[in-house]
Amino acid sequence: MDGVKVIEIKKSIFADNNEDADKLRAELKEHGTYLLNLMSSPGSGKTTTLIRTLNLLKDKLNIAVMEADIDSDVDAIKIKDATGIESIQLHTGGMCHLDAEMTRQGLDNVQLQGKDLVILENVGNLVCPAEFDTGAVRNAMILSVPEGYDKPLKYPLMFSVCDLVIVNKIDVMPYFDFDLDKCTEYVHMRNPKAQIIPICAKTGEGVDKVAEWLLDEVKNWKNK
Amino acid sequence: MHELGIVFYIIRDVKKVAEENNVEHVSGVVMNIGEVSTIVPEYLQDCWRWAADREEMLRGCELKCNIIPAVTHCDDCGADYETVKYGKTCPHCKGPNTWLLRGNEVEIKEIEV
Repeated sequence: MDGVKVIEIKKSIFADNNEDADKLRAELKEHGTYLLNLMSSPGSGKTTTLIRTLNLLKDKLNIAVMEADIDSDVDAIKIKDATGIESIQLHTGGMCHLDAEMTRQGLDNVQLQGKDLVILENVGNLVCPAEFDTGAVRNAMILSVPEGYDKPLKYPLMFSVCDLVIVNKIDVMPYFDFDLDKCTEYVHMRNPKAQIIPICAKTGEGVDKVAEWLLDEVKNWKNK
Repeated sequence: MHELGIVFYIIRDVKKVAEENNVEHVSGVVMNIGEVSTIVPEYLQDCWRWAADREEMLRGCELKCNIIPAVTHCDDCGADYETVKYGKTCPHCKGPNTWLLRGNEVEIKEIEV
């Protein structure tokens, strides 16, 4: 037969991933484990912010960290050395994001029983990670001052999927003409419900607010 | 920049459908790509050529992209308008309570075998 046969599919390529993500969330709920997906550009201070936050929370919660990068294990080692918290390095094998299946593979190496909080540090990138539901309970992102306050306009999807926007490196705000009010306005244009917490991970300013937010989130997830 | 990852998803889904239908070779894949889906069709094509030719079943298989224009609906005045031109603020009533009606699709419409 030389005719062409057409098979109709009409299915979103994200459909399978969304299903996997929902399944993962349901399992995490059973364990009472809260998974946070933390995203940002490379160099925004994710790891430094994490170390500060974890040191405020480690006596209150049983925590694990998963570091996703294209290569190397510098972040996992850094987190473990600085906080003593169990830290696993995931390699995405060149991919620019994590999906629900990759997150699950990472979680297979974490003892979930009794774990209150797992933080997934996604690949540094403002585009791709926003497209893929990892199965996390919430998405958070860090925007650092040198990146500019107009980022919510340029990367709308990232800001519309995040429940928390941490503005980092506020100590250098005067040098970068960073307008925090405008930034807040732009974030809320994308997601009116997003919470914004300005911090300086280097000095620790504002990090207690991030820790408080996480503590509340974990409590609500367990009681929901 | 994430088109290669998207291509891997497409390949996975196409292979699954082909196997379910006992198809040995797929000659064409038709995608519906929304105008604001953040996919750049040209990049998608480039990544597709590179990746598809590495799969026995998809060697030489062509990828076609139907672009779906983005339309936003305004809850305040009920109008539908062009998303790319006007963004999130309704051009008719200037209301902010708007949502994307279509234009976000990244779906496999059909395959040709």
